[in-house]
Amino acid sequence: MDLSAINPVILIASLMVAATPILLAAIGELVVEKSGVLNLGVEGMMITGAICGFAVAVETGNPWLGFLGAALGGAVLSLLFGFLTQYLLSNQVATGLALTLFGLGLSALLGQGYVGVTPPEIDAIGFGPLADIPVIGPILFEHDLMVYVSLALIAGVWAFLKYSRAGLILRAVGESHDAAHALGYKVVYVRMAAIAFGGACAGLGGAYLSLIRVPQWTEGMTAGAGWIALAIVVFASWRPVGVLLGAYLFGGVTVLQLNLQAAGVAVPVEYLSMSPYLITILVLVIMSSGGGRASLNAPAALGKSFHASN
Amino acid sequence: MRFSSMLTGAVLAIGLAGAAVAQDKTKVGFVYVGPVGDMGWTYEHDQGRLAVEAEYGDKVETIYQESVPEGADSERVMTQMALSGADIIFTTSFGYMDPTINVAKKFPNVKFEHATGYKRAPNVSTYSARFYEGRAVIGTIAGRMTKTNKIGYIASFPIPEVIRGINAAYIHAKKVNPDVEFSVVWAYTWFDPAKEGDAAKALIDQGADVIMQHTDSTAPMAIAKDAGALAFGQASDMAAYGPNPRISSIIDNWAPYYVARVGAVMDGTWESTDTWDGIGAGMVEIGEMSDLIPADVQAEAQALADSIASGEYQPFTGPLNKQDGSVWLAEGETADDGTLAGMNFYVEGLTGSVPN
Repeated sequence: MDLSAINPVILIASLMVAATPILLAAIGELVVEKSGVLNLGVEGMMITGAICGFAVAVETGNPWLGFLGAALGGAVLSLLFGFLTQYLLSNQVATGLALTLFGLGLSALLGQGYVGVTPPEIDAIGFGPLADIPVIGPILFEHDLMVYVSLALIAGVWAFLKYSRAGLILRAVGESHDAAHALGYKVVYVRMAAIAFGGACAGLGGAYLSLIRVPQWTEGMTAGAGWIALAIVVFASWRPVGVLLGAYLFGGVTVLQLNLQAAGVAVPVEYLSMSPYLITILVLVIMSSGGGRASLNAPAALGKSFHASN
Repeated sequence: MRFSSMLTGAVLAIGLAGAAVAQDKTKVGFVYVGPVGDMGWTYEHDQGRLAVEAEYGDKVETIYQESVPEGADSERVMTQMALSGADIIFTTSFGYMDPTINVAKKFPNVKFEHATGYKRAPNVSTYSARFYEGRAVIGTIAGRMTKTNKIGYIASFPIPEVIRGINAAYIHAKKVNPDVEFSVVWAYTWFDPAKEGDAAKALIDQGADVIMQHTDSTAPMAIAKDAGALAFGQASDMAAYGPNPRISSIIDNWAPYYVARVGAVMDGTWESTDTWDGIGAGMVEIGEMSDLIPADVQAEAQALADSIASGEYQPFTGPLNKQDGSVWLAEGETADDGTLAGMNFYVEGLTGSVPN
């Protein structure tokens, strides 16, 4: 066993990278669920974002246009879900699952010409001397832009939901769409906007995978990250800070267990491999036992269809 | 992931059932563990399927189902294929072993071929390639090419096939470079690009400069490329990542086997068999070696491959000890297929333990 081989600074830096895709997808899904819509299609939107972003980045040579394309791709796909569930009042669970299947198939089709292609490179942001500060430098100041964007999104969503009037309306729609409707708010518009935002965030998360974390396109490359993002929203009990913690915890344990294995730590590998899931379950249990407050925090109208005639 | 794949399975299986017509054609089914676009394991099986189509044209109809999770879900997919009139079904991952046997019992007239397993029945054949022969060759290259003397190995599941690969690679890397160390990371997945990439990154962060993988995606290559490490194509050539970081590869060539087996079904000569071919029979190929490998190392690796192909040398030849120091093979003794097929131990020198 040689624990000294693990550099905690590099470890923390790489856990931030590992957590960013699920962080982006989860914060988007949080907004969607706060508006009372359950979109289980995160995986499908992520993978669509992954290929849209990858294709745009490769074709234009500009990775940032790629991220824009990914957000658009994810949003367009999510609006399909929005149209079906908000206007045609289809079942949200079934439609969300169908969206995942559709996204996986669509992305495989779109991605046929992009296997083995290397995307344009993305450099870390130059913070100049800040990056040279020991310990803090590599952890905080040596990342690519998207890591900071994801953190800014968390802060932004938190402030939006807590302090802004629009955020209050969104929450009202999610808690009781009938009451919000009675007050004259356009429930369906609010929800469509939330769904599009969620799709765009999931798309960004997917593109982060294909453009930065793995840098390549492979069919089915999200490999379940969207489902983890969904779980993290529940784990966070619909709080933005909780999403940050959940995503970093999950990303952290995943990266840590791989590093521990590489360092030859004599803990049975089976336990290391299951540890991310085990710890997630454990935290869930602890949180939901705390006076039942977390379990009560779900938006009251989550997953319910709304029609003005009801 | 499981849930989504399961649904994919269900939806596609319904589609397959609808297509059950045209009985004069021989219908060939393939069950894949990853997507056909993984550029690795599943991609090569699908190339084999395409070779069957090219060989027999109108006389065959092939169907496939990709990203089928190992376990109970695969049983449903196989059942659907059998119900839809498949004459022969290839199940192409180790974890489909018990499901294949179960489904085969229910459909005695359908032929099954299970890759990399060891359970057979009158209508179930097994086939596999001696990947370890290829691992011996690229292990030699890895041992010569590493500068840090640390080789990172991304393993999937602790099954004999994977353990054999680790041992074969280690023995031959050690032979040419006595200081070499292996660091094995178990990813517990065949296909998860992000996780495979993270594993490669963890290994490189800890000093490995050559990465070997026994998982199916090209993600470790992409990471190795960024980090300046070297890597090998796995299951498929992965030539898109050459000449750097991909310096060579192990290629699985299933096409001749699939063509022969489907042919046997057509002319009624199919029998339950156990096939285990290697470099000699062409089931395992060594991908082109990149110019990054010095000429003498290329020649050394080629000579090893040739001697394995001719049967003159067996990669597991004594003296070899097990990890605990006990004697496994005496001087000149070679391992028999039975031991190899059930290999569940590391050879002497490897650190860490085989997970249960």
